Amino acid sequence: MDMKRDYYEDIQLLDSKVLWFWFLMLVAALATFPFIAPTYYVYMANYMAINVIVTIGLNILVGYTGQISLGHAGFFAIGAYGTVMLMSLLHFPFLLALVAAALIAAFFGFILGLPALRLEGPYLAIATLGFGMAITQVIGRWELFGGRMGVEAPALSFFGIPVMTDLGRYFVTATIAFIMVLGARNLMKTRVGRAFIAIRDSDIAAETMGVNLVYYKTLAFAVSAFYTGIAGGLFAFLLGFISPSTFNFILSIYFLAFVIVGGLGSIFGSVMGGIVMTWLLLELDKIQELPLIGGMLISFSENFMTVAGLPNISSIIFGLIIVLLVIFEPLGLYGFWIRTKIYWKTWPF
Amino acid sequence: MNEAFFSVENLCISFGGLMAVDHVSFSVSKGFIFSIIGPNGAGKTTIFNCISGLYKPSSGSIIFQGEDITGLKPHRIATKGIARTFQNIELFSRMTTMENLMLGRHIHMKTGVLSGATFFRRGSRAAKEEIRHREYVEKIIDLLDLQSARNQFVGSLPYGTQKLVELGRALALEPKLLLLDEPSAGMNSEEKQDLVFWIKDIQDELGVTILLIEHDMKMVMDISDRVLAINFGRPIIEGVPDVVQRHPDVLKAYLGEEETIGNAS
Repeated sequence: MDMKRDYYEDIQLLDSKVLWFWFLMLVAALATFPFIAPTYYVYMANYMAINVIVTIGLNILVGYTGQISLGHAGFFAIGAYGTVMLMSLLHFPFLLALVAAALIAAFFGFILGLPALRLEGPYLAIATLGFGMAITQVIGRWELFGGRMGVEAPALSFFGIPVMTDLGRYFVTATIAFIMVLGARNLMKTRVGRAFIAIRDSDIAAETMGVNLVYYKTLAFAVSAFYTGIAGGLFAFLLGFISPSTFNFILSIYFLAFVIVGGLGSIFGSVMGGIVMTWLLLELDKIQELPLIGGMLISFSENFMTVAGLPNISSIIFGLIIVLLVIFEPLGLYGFWIRTKIYWKTWPF
Repeated sequence: MNEAFFSVENLCISFGGLMAVDHVSFSVSKGFIFSIIGPNGAGKTTIFNCISGLYKPSSGSIIFQGEDITGLKPHRIATKGIARTFQNIELFSRMTTMENLMLGRHIHMKTGVLSGATFFRRGSRAAKEEIRHREYVEKIIDLLDLQSARNQFVGSLPYGTQKLVELGRALALEPKLLLLDEPSAGMNSEEKQDLVFWIKDIQDELGVTILLIEHDMKMVMDISDRVLAINFGRPIIEGVPDVVQRHPDVLKAYLGEEETIGNAS
């Protein structure tokens, strides 16, 4: 077993030379990957990084603090529109606009957190659902925000360097995602994170131990919304164009699915959830290209379901995978990871 | 007159038409172990819930160190230095023992969202604070012999150990007044003996005043300085253990109306 010599080792990220090695390998791999991979995969990686940020943000709320939200597409929209508007109307530099928009999202998160003090479970789900839908309605009716037509993202430049390609965006998005993953992990290891988890496990005990429920529940909403806002801001540049219909209710459900598939209450699980689910969603979009069954699935959909065609099938398969995963591994991908780790540790027994 | 360390005056609380606690008054001197006894449903835990702010009393007042704390929010009461344990364990089951105890340090720590999220060095403020408080918690782990449970999730620990973790978490708050709600429930006789020693230690060495609800009469009589007996939310008698133990109404409350009662323990 590993011997610990002082308390810092309890909380530090990398407590052995082996881990340092893998950590540096990971950084190196992430840095060289976009130069080797085809552009489509760089685009996919950007998408993944964004979804990882959202998944972590939502997990802080759902997995760690035990609150539910079906309205995170709303925060995502605030982040996206906020960043674009602050840049095009007020000429904020990108990073400042991104953080400011995320702070606006955090403020809305705080506001939404207030009813959460009185609502639990299904009631909170409906309240947040209403919020998410209201945000897109408001944005869709606001001429300043381009109304239903949407708005185009302005040219992106990062510290004066213009960022035009997926490759450029990759370095911005992946770096931010990387920092935010580490930040969330640190946060959960320290006082605030512990207070969140305490509220989830026993809010009565938490408050008698001095945790201010009002403060920490709303804080969880604000932190969660901040993460989602950052992701939304990055997302606007990934698409280059945003409209209210991008941030529909289904998106909120997808976010929740990412969290649960990744594993509730696990940062690493959220990273895996964001990556795997994004990959799955993008791959399912190309389902007709599958050999043999691809064509069959399409003709099946066209003959027996609505004219929408392809989305019918990919949603069904996506849903099926989620159902199977939750049935066979309630801890999600994180559960798989833990079991694999134990298997190799005890191998060959 | 010498002001009491902690006192409850004419505390009443009713749920619907039921007076769960009916004009209960008592005061506790600093450093004492004060026990509340009574049959099930007598209102003992309800009194605790009023003290720790989970219930708002209908009337009456709760004074701690000369300050009226009646009706304050639970987290405010915790910061005054009142910690408690629960009858049906309320632990953070998916945290380790260490983390549970660290949560007990919550009010003594300052790390916020930003400093918490951005510690990357040993020397950072958040890391230093974390290390300092982990050292403190380690002392409690030593005191209660919890080393073997240190890094285990408390949900998987045996019942008796969970009770101890809860006691440890309350101690981590550095309370001046500690409310223990049936700490020995579910423990075997050996664990109970240890518990008695620890409670004595907490009183003697840490100088904590203790308010105790307990059904094990032997334990109550052994360690209490004063005992209050209640039934149906009303006080029967308050006094030193020997007197309370022999009071006819107390015997009646525990054993029923008829005579020929030997010893309540």
